[in-house]
Amino acid sequence: MGTSAASTHTTGNGKAAMLRMSGLHKSYAMGANTLHVLKGIDLDIGSGELVSIMGASGSGKSTLLNVVGLLDNYDAGEYVLDGQLVKNLSETRAAILRGQLLGFIFQSFNLIAFKTALENVAMPLYYRGVRRGERMRRAAEYLDRVGLADWAGHLPRELSGGQQQRVAIARALISEPKVILADEPTGALDSQTSLEVMDVLRGINAGGVTMIIVTHEREIAALTQRVIRLRDGLIETDGRG
Amino acid sequence: MFDLDVWQEILDTLRKNKLRTALTGFSVAWGILMLVVLLGSGQGLAHGVEYGFRDDATNSVFIRSGQTSTPYHGMPPGRFVQFTNEDYSSIKDGVAGVEHITSRFFIPGNLTVAYGRETSSYNVRSVHPDHRFLEKTIITEGRFINDTDIGEFRKVAVIGDRIKAQLFKGQAAIGEYIRVNGIPFRVVGVFTDEGGENESETLYLPISTAQRTFNGANRVGMMMLTVGDASVEQSKAITAGLRERIAARHSFDPDDQRAVTIYNAVVEFQRFMGLMSGIRLFVWVIGIGTLLAGVVGVSNIMMIAVKERTKEIGIRKALGATPWSVMRLVLQEAVLVTSVAGYFGLVAGVGVLQLMAHAIQGSDFFRNPEVNLGVAVSATVLLVVAGAIAGFIPARRAAAVRPVEALRDE
Repeated sequence: MGTSAASTHTTGNGKAAMLRMSGLHKSYAMGANTLHVLKGIDLDIGSGELVSIMGASGSGKSTLLNVVGLLDNYDAGEYVLDGQLVKNLSETRAAILRGQLLGFIFQSFNLIAFKTALENVAMPLYYRGVRRGERMRRAAEYLDRVGLADWAGHLPRELSGGQQQRVAIARALISEPKVILADEPTGALDSQTSLEVMDVLRGINAGGVTMIIVTHEREIAALTQRVIRLRDGLIETDGRG
Repeated sequence: MFDLDVWQEILDTLRKNKLRTALTGFSVAWGILMLVVLLGSGQGLAHGVEYGFRDDATNSVFIRSGQTSTPYHGMPPGRFVQFTNEDYSSIKDGVAGVEHITSRFFIPGNLTVAYGRETSSYNVRSVHPDHRFLEKTIITEGRFINDTDIGEFRKVAVIGDRIKAQLFKGQAAIGEYIRVNGIPFRVVGVFTDEGGENESETLYLPISTAQRTFNGANRVGMMMLTVGDASVEQSKAITAGLRERIAARHSFDPDDQRAVTIYNAVVEFQRFMGLMSGIRLFVWVIGIGTLLAGVVGVSNIMMIAVKERTKEIGIRKALGATPWSVMRLVLQEAVLVTSVAGYFGLVAGVGVLQLMAHAIQGSDFFRNPEVNLGVAVSATVLLVVAGAIAGFIPARRAAAVRPVEALRDE
């Protein structure tokens, strides 16, 4: 987790910047009205940080996550990810960058229902052009890493919620992303399972992967190093954990 | 480029959605089946018509005499028109555009044909040498009737191969004498004819000999001629000329249709060909319409599939799928389903045609329904194109899926 000489951007605590936002605005057209969701976000997240983003519903935290995850464009401001300015990307370019840099974990797991755990984990490598044999070998390795090697041939519906989320985590990890974005990763899990999943995520972060967790649960946020609170499209507080 | 992984991905999807795949495939297979059956049936009708014309020259004109129906120059209606050898000569020498011409004299009464102790009853036609061009008579032994036979009133006969088989039992027939109503004729030729048994049980005599032998004087029953490669319009002009000439010779109104009947095969053949191309066009229109319904079905089902899979597509996109890769997934699925199902439809269609051909053997107006290679190839090309069209709109819809909206938890 040391400093990186490669990047000139640094955060306040001296870590190399993984992502940096300045004056970021985003609004949605809602019929005749426009809904101004992000109203000027300034944010620096260093490489290897474990950050949680909190906020009431409507505060703009999901929108922020979509912009960070290159799933949505923004209107004004700047967003630099891993040293590259990302602005007005074509969908194809965004897809390629997502595949290279980002891993996603969702509240509802979002596994593909008709594919086995192993095939789900292998999916990102398919879009990276990795050959089938190699794909499956690596998927098995990552599935083993989240403790589900014995469940490789099972369909998502045959797994418990916690197991499904671990499959999703393995899927997010397999492309060796620099940033993992987790949208309410424990939202659909009981508290015991939530803690187990957080353990897994913290373990991954300890391995050097930047982790951004959107949550509305204080207990979950308390397990991260830095808590960013959003309110009405602006950062309200940005406290160290 | 063939990418095994892509196909694996598609086959996985199809296998996981068996019912949907089966329904989609069925609508296409059905469309192609109908197309093939319709095209094959159209072909069968065309064959039937060609078969009907097989043993007659398609450029022939038949002239039959009748009875006048209108008064003319003070003469009452109801007079019989009787052709004579002079009519024949007058047309042969005086009407332009006549290629081959023959007349027939109908021998009255029942005719028996005998050789040795074998006796039977056959068609006997007394004709001019040109007759063989009109009936497409194929000489297998000896010769046909010639001008010398006519000029010298020779008692010669040309017999069909079935007559030879029945009377001569495999022995040589040329040079032998057969008796027609007891009068001996020397066999100078044997022929065959594609017109079937009836034509091959026919016996030809020189018209002059027959008129003299069977009390025909100079009477002629009918005249037949060909018009070369005249167009429909030219053939009509020729028949008009014929009618005028005959009307003048027999003093009846040239507009009196009942006094002589002229059958113009050029016009008839043209009419049939027109009918056939009409039927062919109709069949393609219906067939393509049916296929189009199938394609719309596929498109519709793929559309629903894309809608159902919006979330899955969103996930794929979040995991790094480019819009093109999503589009390709849907397009290839559509093309694969239509091609495979269409192929089954094609095979089933050919099977149905075979059954039809088997069931209606021997019908004169419907023969050998079939699809030729060209039709099969065009149908296949049509299928792949149809698949691509069917997949295109849903594929574009899929490529446009916004992961944000697809993955929103509700």
